[in-house]
Amino acid sequence: MLTTPTPGPDRSAALLLLSDGRLPAGGYAHSAGLEQAIARGWVRDATTLGDYLRGRIHTTGLVSASFAAAAQHRTASAMEAGDAGGTEGLAPLGAALAGLDRELVARTPSPALRRIARDLGRMLLRAMRSIAPSTQPVLDAAGPVLQQPIAYGTVAAALGLTARDAAGLVLYEAAATPAVAAVKLLSIDPFATHRCLVGLAPELDELAERAAAFATADARDLPALAAPLSDIAAELHTNHDQRLFAS
Amino acid sequence: MTTTDATTSTTTSAQPRRALRLGVAGPVGTGKSSTIASLCRALADEFRIGVITNDIYTDEDARFLRAEGVLPEERIRAVETGACPHTAIRDDVTMNLLAVEDLERDFDPLDIVLVESGGDNLTATFSPSLVDAQLFVLDVAGGGDVARKGGPGIGRADLLVVNKIDLAPYVDVDVEQMLADATDAREGRAVLGVSRKQPETVEVLGQWVRDMHSTFREGGHTPQDPGPMAPHFHADESGEGGYVHSHDDGEPAHQH
Repeated sequence: MLTTPTPGPDRSAALLLLSDGRLPAGGYAHSAGLEQAIARGWVRDATTLGDYLRGRIHTTGLVSASFAAAAQHRTASAMEAGDAGGTEGLAPLGAALAGLDRELVARTPSPALRRIARDLGRMLLRAMRSIAPSTQPVLDAAGPVLQQPIAYGTVAAALGLTARDAAGLVLYEAAATPAVAAVKLLSIDPFATHRCLVGLAPELDELAERAAAFATADARDLPALAAPLSDIAAELHTNHDQRLFAS
Repeated sequence: MTTTDATTSTTTSAQPRRALRLGVAGPVGTGKSSTIASLCRALADEFRIGVITNDIYTDEDARFLRAEGVLPEERIRAVETGACPHTAIRDDVTMNLLAVEDLERDFDPLDIVLVESGGDNLTATFSPSLVDAQLFVLDVAGGGDVARKGGPGIGRADLLVVNKIDLAPYVDVDVEQMLADATDAREGRAVLGVSRKQPETVEVLGQWVRDMHSTFREGGHTPQDPGPMAPHFHADESGEGGYVHSHDDGEPAHQH
């Protein structure tokens, strides 16, 4: 029988672990499109970086966070069913997450972004198998290949975190990954990049609440906001010579 | 951690053969890629080999190896390390670990997977959770005194390669002295002087890999960690010097 960790505020250490940029899951090699945005002159300084981050969290960030919340809910439900009746309860999880995965892929026009999110999702799942062996039955049922936001939702549930936790984590990641990459790509005060993040904090929290509200929604009804320049940047980046970041 | 992570990896189908995972580390420009090309040429008839390259940026090294034509090109894959090759072989090995596992699965059965680190400094060594054994590559052109400087790679990698020994007369390096210094720094661990223009030296290198493969296959090899990082220097923000510290006393890890 599985033991479902008790959700609640006492799981904050697990949330910190998962949101820590030092988590060894390969994320550090990515700039979330920022390198290309800088190469194209779209981002030039702290002000335009702040605009870039704001645009990102309100569009693809909210979409990703909603899918993370939905994945958390489906995973947590399967775990509860597993606790009630043995591992049989986990069996439908793979299909439920695959359905979410298809919906998220459909909301991601750029093939490069789909591939990157799939690779990052695989790395997160692979890393968690070694980091938290107790999550193995859940991760086995989830499958080894999921888009990153869905992988985050599943891993969050496996560690006893809530849909709101998963949404907040994915939104923070959406902003922090490019913000931290900026110091390697621009002549920019590293304090200014974190100042951008602090400035976005109230919006990140508000968006996380909105995303979490989609946890129980049908996959078809999840948000479908787009950021076309991000898709274009990701495609341009695949042929960008001498790039520092993989995306 | 002294064993590799392979036992905890999970794939739904049958487990592919676990290849000998051999890391190649060393500073920029010492000849890691050409050492791998030489090894592939020397051993490709005996072993099924795959290669993972890590570049500081782009996939330059993978392109070089594909152009050399030493392996079917699909068995050479690049991992991009976000301008931080050190991290990809030590602090966060997930990208490389997954790349190695994918290669072993896609080209099952492989005998040897060579993992080339992006060129870094003397302290960059592979975590034993990623590779079973590792070569550290120096070259004579980098200076005859480098071997004496020691550090985890020079001192404790499974094999130290002193490369480009044919250049020694042009850079005023006494190869025998450099090899002797290296042997001292390594307390007797293996050291080889190699030049791809001297085929007999490449043959000795190939034999070392053959022997390591046999030992690994027979279960007689335990991965060794050359780390922890040696004490190293940080510039002080005030510009007034800096300080030397090590990471083996519970200090948190940090980005360099």
